[in-house]
Amino acid sequence: MSGKSTYTPKSGFTKWLDSRLPIIRFSYDTLVDYPTPKNLNYWWTFGAILTAFLGIQIVTGIILAMNYTPTVGDAFNSVEFIRRDVNWGRIIQASHSVGASMFFLALYIHMFRGLYYGSYKAPREVLWLLGVIIFVLMMATAFMGYVLPWGQMSFWAATVITQIFSAIPFVGEAILEWLRGGFAVQNATLTRFYSLHYLLPFMIAAVVGLHIWALHVPGNNNPTGVTVKSNQDTVAFHPYYTIKDTFALVVFLIVYAWFVFFAPDIFGHADNYIQANPLVTPPHIVPEWYFLPFYAMLRAINFNVTIPFTDLVLLDSKLGGVIAFFGSIVVLFFVPWLDRSPVRSGTFRPMFKWFYWLFVIGFIGLGYLGAQPPEGIYVAIAQALTAYYFAYFLVILPILARIETPLPLPASISQSVLDRNGAKQGAGSGAAA
Amino acid sequence: MTTEAETEPTRRDFIYIATGAVGAVGVAAAVWPLIDQMNPSAAVRALVSIEFDLSPIAEGQSVTIIWRGLPLFIRHRTAAEIAAAVGTPLDELKDPQSDSERIKQGHAQWLIMVAICTHLGCVPLGESGPFGGWFCPCHGSVYDTSGRVRSGPAPKNLVVPSYEFLTDTTVKIG
Repeated sequence: MSGKSTYTPKSGFTKWLDSRLPIIRFSYDTLVDYPTPKNLNYWWTFGAILTAFLGIQIVTGIILAMNYTPTVGDAFNSVEFIRRDVNWGRIIQASHSVGASMFFLALYIHMFRGLYYGSYKAPREVLWLLGVIIFVLMMATAFMGYVLPWGQMSFWAATVITQIFSAIPFVGEAILEWLRGGFAVQNATLTRFYSLHYLLPFMIAAVVGLHIWALHVPGNNNPTGVTVKSNQDTVAFHPYYTIKDTFALVVFLIVYAWFVFFAPDIFGHADNYIQANPLVTPPHIVPEWYFLPFYAMLRAINFNVTIPFTDLVLLDSKLGGVIAFFGSIVVLFFVPWLDRSPVRSGTFRPMFKWFYWLFVIGFIGLGYLGAQPPEGIYVAIAQALTAYYFAYFLVILPILARIETPLPLPASISQSVLDRNGAKQGAGSGAAA
Repeated sequence: MTTEAETEPTRRDFIYIATGAVGAVGVAAAVWPLIDQMNPSAAVRALVSIEFDLSPIAEGQSVTIIWRGLPLFIRHRTAAEIAAAVGTPLDELKDPQSDSERIKQGHAQWLIMVAICTHLGCVPLGESGPFGGWFCPCHGSVYDTSGRVRSGPAPKNLVVPSYEFLTDTTVKIG
């Protein structure tokens, strides 16, 4: 896409096709000849892993839909039917539900890699924005998918999450009824979630297409963050990165397969194997693990924001929590313009590194707190970590860009590779040829 | 050239704008059913209000019914429970409300409430807790015999839906 195509059709047919629909040329340029920085580490393999998982989820999902019944009377039983009676259903259903967890695991690694190496900075802002859109679509898809088995957690998660919209002033209740198709979560809610759960993955696939397009225009970022300067800095995508990506994918799939075969329910919740009952609430409602950090932020705002020295409530705790919840995602859209440091890679940013790793620990901490009851010390820590989450983006990144003195950058990607190899040899044998 | 651009709008300009406006209205009219179909259906709306016969509920008994897909408590209170609810000073309450605001005049024995804890939406257990009212097993909120929150994390009293007595033993809820 960028640069000149080096594809030359050889046979008569490919020449004929190339002048009508240059699809082979397109594939060759994007998957074979695409120049890629030669120093990409394994953190860069998660893009390929994510693409593979989108494929796995779509294929297993289409198969599950062949055996699933989206009505409140039959949904729960049809999932049990899939797990017990459908040929290989046990494996296919487990692949889909564990697949969602692995998909999010890979997604978080992919995003944190982007945050560390400054992959969102110019000229890759649009690439980053598309990535955040994919993240939002994935959250919506996963949430609606979790409702489909119609267990207790499915039902109450749907209740709690749709209830969030009732916090919107004036139109909240109307939106809530519109989303649910009734006054409570019910059959209409289940069927629409099923319809949208089937639709959204294809929208994700379309945005992934744009994401890869936006990647191929400026090309990959790399661990040094230094822009590609010459052909010496790059290697062809195939075979170098097709092999590296495939190897990483296989390792990742081994972990995935272990969960599918030996612990398919480990990410689930026991209450979700009880059929949904609107009259009985599970004692402790917890979302899937990949939503826990955001759930913790939603619950951390348990205080009303009042106008100082009066009792007038400016923002009640419910709306405050919802704003924190949505704000934590919306802020990601602004990261490219909040971090104005010209140095991309965190490797060369001595102060940034500390705040970054604190941010990672804080995010994991929020995940832990999201699974705890909203009481006592848990709430206080969740509030502190929520504050840090927002401070990282809104205060720390903008200030660091002004006050930090970055380490000297390598002259080029090749130079950094040579320096590192030289240092290794020097330390190893004490002599370089 | 520039003078021409500043002349009076032509009939063609008018037709462009009028066509665009009609087109926009047409699109909006076509899209509205696609959005509105997600609102509660006629079947759901038909059950917005229900009539319920109270006569089988003996004193001291309570039932849970479904209204708009939500669980609803209907409790036939004993004289002692009413006395306890009426006798509670308002300054002991987190969400101050007198018992008479939560029932219908002349029907003090009937307490009708949405059976959803105002904390995180659990369904409380009846005739339990230190005040003989309701107790939420999820996070320990306690409600009295008037359904008012007395302790625990719940911020508000149990919600009383709008209802009216059609006869002495029939209520219309909603």
